[in-house]
Amino acid sequence: MSTLLKVDNLRIQAGSTHLVDGISFEISAGEVFALVGESGSGKSLSSLAIMRLLDDALTITGGDIWLGNDSLFALTETQMNGIRGSRIAMVFQEPQSSLNPVHSIGDQIGEVLKLHRGKAANSDIIELLAEVGIPEPEQRIAWYPHQLSGGQKQRVMIAMALACEPDLLIADEPTTALDVTIQKQILELMNELRRTRDLGILLITHDMGVVAEMADRIAVMRHGKILEQAKRAEFFTNPQHEYSRQLIHALPQPDDYLTRNEHAQLLKLENIKVWFAHRKGVLQRISGYTKAVDGISLSIGRGETLALVGESGSGKSTAGRAILRLEDLSEGEIWFDGQRIDVMTQRAFNQYRKRVQVIFQDPFSSMNPRMTVREIIEEGMISLGLVDNAKEREEKIKKLVLRVGLEVSHLDRFPHEFSGGQRQRIAIARAIAVEPELIICDEPTSALDVSIRGQVLKLLQELQDEMGLSYLFITHDLSIIPHLAHRVAVMRNGIIVEQGDTQTLMTTPENEYTQQLLAAVPRIPEHI
Amino acid sequence: MSTSAMDVSSVDVSTMNELGFRLHFLWSDILIFLLAASLIGFAITLYRSPLSRARWAQVFESKIGVAAFMVILFYVVVALVDSVHFQIQLEQTSESSEVHYAPEAKSLLDVVLAPMQGKDEKTYSAPFAIHSFAKATVELPDGGVAREFPRLLHGGSHLENEDEHLVDVMVKSLTIIGWALIPCLILIALHHAFLRKSASGLPWPVIYTTSAIIFLIATWALQMSEYYHVLGTDKVGQDVLCGALKAIRTGVLIGTLATLVTLPLAVLLGISAGYFKGWVDDVVQYIYTTLNSIPGILLIAASVLLIDVYIETHPEQFKLLSDRADFKFIALCFILGMTSWTGLCRLLRAETLKLSQLEYVQAAHAFGVSRWRVITRHILPNTTHLILIALVLDFSGFVLAEAVLSYIGVGVDPSMKSWGNMINEARAELAREPVVWWSVTAAFILMFVLVLAANLFSDRVRDAFDPRTSGSGKSDGGKVK
Repeated sequence: MSTLLKVDNLRIQAGSTHLVDGISFEISAGEVFALVGESGSGKSLSSLAIMRLLDDALTITGGDIWLGNDSLFALTETQMNGIRGSRIAMVFQEPQSSLNPVHSIGDQIGEVLKLHRGKAANSDIIELLAEVGIPEPEQRIAWYPHQLSGGQKQRVMIAMALACEPDLLIADEPTTALDVTIQKQILELMNELRRTRDLGILLITHDMGVVAEMADRIAVMRHGKILEQAKRAEFFTNPQHEYSRQLIHALPQPDDYLTRNEHAQLLKLENIKVWFAHRKGVLQRISGYTKAVDGISLSIGRGETLALVGESGSGKSTAGRAILRLEDLSEGEIWFDGQRIDVMTQRAFNQYRKRVQVIFQDPFSSMNPRMTVREIIEEGMISLGLVDNAKEREEKIKKLVLRVGLEVSHLDRFPHEFSGGQRQRIAIARAIAVEPELIICDEPTSALDVSIRGQVLKLLQELQDEMGLSYLFITHDLSIIPHLAHRVAVMRNGIIVEQGDTQTLMTTPENEYTQQLLAAVPRIPEHI
Repeated sequence: MSTSAMDVSSVDVSTMNELGFRLHFLWSDILIFLLAASLIGFAITLYRSPLSRARWAQVFESKIGVAAFMVILFYVVVALVDSVHFQIQLEQTSESSEVHYAPEAKSLLDVVLAPMQGKDEKTYSAPFAIHSFAKATVELPDGGVAREFPRLLHGGSHLENEDEHLVDVMVKSLTIIGWALIPCLILIALHHAFLRKSASGLPWPVIYTTSAIIFLIATWALQMSEYYHVLGTDKVGQDVLCGALKAIRTGVLIGTLATLVTLPLAVLLGISAGYFKGWVDDVVQYIYTTLNSIPGILLIAASVLLIDVYIETHPEQFKLLSDRADFKFIALCFILGMTSWTGLCRLLRAETLKLSQLEYVQAAHAFGVSRWRVITRHILPNTTHLILIALVLDFSGFVLAEAVLSYIGVGVDPSMKSWGNMINEARAELAREPVVWWSVTAAFILMFVLVLAANLFSDRVRDAFDPRTSGSGKSDGGKVK
């Protein structure tokens, strides 16, 4: 196989900090080369350097990049423009914001074709759309991005990237924003394209499962350096570097199930519905409903974890918010510890506020940027009247931050000074500060890197053992469920399609949708 | 509004009879001092919070920021000095022991500007001129009568020989600046000797230069006014520079007062509309859409005419001429403020709608935090960047609006010096041949400097408070947007 791209000792600096510190790798035609690393490791910067799209504040201080026989750094900007798109193309993480919402997808693909080929025939565009698996491409060519689903948008992005028949495709976290079932389809598409087109793919990702399914060769990046480079089989069977071992180890073991005990019932949902009304006209007449949650029943015992699984838009987060009374119920009953709480007055319900708490997904928007960590943790304790004595409260806050693995000196800092994992620890401290019995965890780990995710999950489990907490764990990530949840409920379109014991459900799923979901989870093959 | 015979427009303090004057506080004086006090209080609370201190430090560490601040400070000080009014005690007649005061309230600034006042010419004269701008019939020493440009009564009256005029201006300017430089240099040297070690990040050279320039210009203008009319005289022969300086108080006050009226309305209505949604949102939206659909000038003109009628029908409440002018002025500030809160209100509503969906607000709800606390602790602090920027932009907007309103005749009272009134008079002046350019130029320069300084300062403040740019705020590449 011929070498397509050769990166030779590339260095990128911002001021005096080395962001990428001398990395070298090669990609051959028809090969998928995976650059793996956590956020901030410099993998996206390297890909931008290949496109010569680095921000002005960053400078390339050394090294060279060869595409075939051309040194990319020796080209003029005009020559480079010819290479972008026609020889190297790029697919980004967020298909939502990569497409222009006011142009039809046909126009957008046509524009790329026109730039590089001088003309754009409708038949070419339709052919491309068909190649990336868009159904009925003759009609869809006139559609606008908002009419397509997330997965289809990503397909259109790939079609745009392929429009000029590049030799190399850079895919920067192409499936991170997508649901598992869609992720599987996109990965399959990319795999097929590289075979039919003999395309070299530089796959940038932090997801070891995706790497295991896709990559021919793997490079692990950390702090701007490549720690290890190996073929897939070698890498997974015999990782050389300690950090690679950590990454592989951080993947949950699929067969490691929690044993289920009998739990006394704490929370019970009976046929709850949350419908959002559509209103029309001056009089705000109700013209229809969006049925976000359409009659679900479930129960959680003391000290038990129930995982509520589903893809985006399935209504799982809305169900969690309804339990917290952040959404109003349209129908149904919520019972907590033998009391019906959905019909209580606000005042009476405040008694229950401290017994049910929440941890949100995004560690960056779940904390007020203008409050210190102390104020953040303190807020719930004060407003729920938990510890009135300021001195005792201070003692308790100190204990809490130590318990979640932070330091007392962190208390006077502001949220922006912390990393995502640390912020999530603060969020956990805030939730357990009021000594709740049930915590609703709304995708608490989906914004975190793999190794951090493991640590946060471990902390949650320790707290469960210590304090006898119950969790309603809302997630789309099936891989973390086995060693986390006692029971699982699978949600789709506002209803629960299947629920039961984790082990039973994961090994012998009855519902077709559950089977699909499970099949889509990328796994590390046991014997490569 | 109270219709009692009580004097609603001023407060007299008559405790200082022995000194030969009594303080006379106009309502706008009281307001401006309250404002200054609350600003200082606000600055102290800001100084206590480490985060906001760091951010403000960033503003003051930038060269443009600190220079703009010094200029604004100069304007504010002039406005404050011009807000201490008093009435001079009149010569006592021997028969009655009753004390009488002059019917005209003077301010401290009038004392400072004494060299420019009371030296009225007959009519227009150009800057530094020694002859009048208009021809007049003069009696010649030999008894004959001629039409010529007569010598001014005060401007350059010390000159024996008219040919010395230019030389005299140059020599006097240089001596004054030379003398004025000495205190500047001494202060800078003292600072260097004693305070150098206190390592704050302030750009001292810029502070020196700005304050020295302000000081030099001020001293030069004041000293030259002893001999000449630095910026000429207006139609009735009054010194233009004096008028332009007196107008600073009007400009600064109208800017701050109107902004202060705008702010609570916009913040309260905007945030409640965005936070409570539903019918509250509907009501607020209807109000501001209605208000926006009426031409602003029309609304202001109608309100000002109403105020005029009130003053005409209640003459007993306004003892002095300046009381009338002041009442009309404050009313104008309120009217301006009441009609221009919609822009900020809409911004704040949108921002609050966004913020109230954020997870930290939801988390606060899950903790049972009261609505009032959610607004004050979580929403208001996160909209301060918008409020601050709107505050400064509105400020410059109001200063300009005053000029426009005076131009169409519904602005401040003509007896009150204001840039708007000066520009209004320039209508006729610019139509003359040759053109009388100095009065409109004076108003333009002073207004331009203030608005420019306010805009530059707000630019820095916005950069410092926007989390996305606050990191790069220290570099001062002169990036003025």
